Amino acid sequence: MKISEREFAEAVNSRSKAPIYEKMKAATVGIAGLGGLGSNIAAALVRSGIGRLVIADFDRVELSNINRQAYLLRDIGRRKTEALAEILREINPFCEIVTHDVRVDEKNCLEIFGQCPIVCEAFDGAEEKAMLVNTLLSESKTVKIITGSGMAGFGRANEIVTRKISERLFVCGDGKTDVADGEGLTASRVIICAGHIASKAVEMILG
Amino acid sequence: MRGEKMAKINGEDFNEKITVGEYLKKAGYSAVRVAVMVNGEILPKNDYDSTEIKPDDEVEIVGFVGGG
Repeated sequence: MKISEREFAEAVNSRSKAPIYEKMKAATVGIAGLGGLGSNIAAALVRSGIGRLVIADFDRVELSNINRQAYLLRDIGRRKTEALAEILREINPFCEIVTHDVRVDEKNCLEIFGQCPIVCEAFDGAEEKAMLVNTLLSESKTVKIITGSGMAGFGRANEIVTRKISERLFVCGDGKTDVADGEGLTASRVIICAGHIASKAVEMILG
Repeated sequence: MRGEKMAKINGEDFNEKITVGEYLKKAGYSAVRVAVMVNGEILPKNDYDSTEIKPDDEVEIVGFVGGG
């Protein structure tokens, strides 16, 4: 179905007294890692009309991702950047999506995300999470980071919270359930954490 | 003691004279899985072993766990 941007904007704003779409449209958010957190954060942001997303991941979609990530069976074997960009455009064709099909590391993360006022850290590994937060907070003077830590297992939905660490760092999760402990990951709990991260980003943009 | 200045680490009072690196080791943190903020600013990893926790410092240590 062909929708105009005006129709899309009106639909986003439809039950809100203050306009949401216009502020979201002017915003850029970076997402580092397109797994269970990143893919679901991206979907939430494009539904609210985010204007520009910078998304980065080196990986390809596997069957073991489908339990919690926003991909579809048709995407198995495809690059995550490419598969996610297609899904996002199917939700909101008016968002500009910049993809980086690369492993984000200390050397390239400022180049990839330095121009994003808000970056969502959405990696799977604890060391990669720490790397991104340390490098971006040290090397950029302005980027704000929202990071996810602690969303393994199932249930205990109310233990997942957003904590402000400083003006530039927010941590979402329960802070303790580590996937390395063997509890696995469930979509319901990962999506709660992704929702916290996306919600903080929206708050920063609209607030 | 009243009037004595005390550092805070993750909101808890702390008054030992040790470096951030020593504290992390003692508290069981892995240095490659943390971010350390001192008075609201990120502390670069290379400075952990040379930075002593001073009275009045507010230290926040974020320990990351895997999953995403």
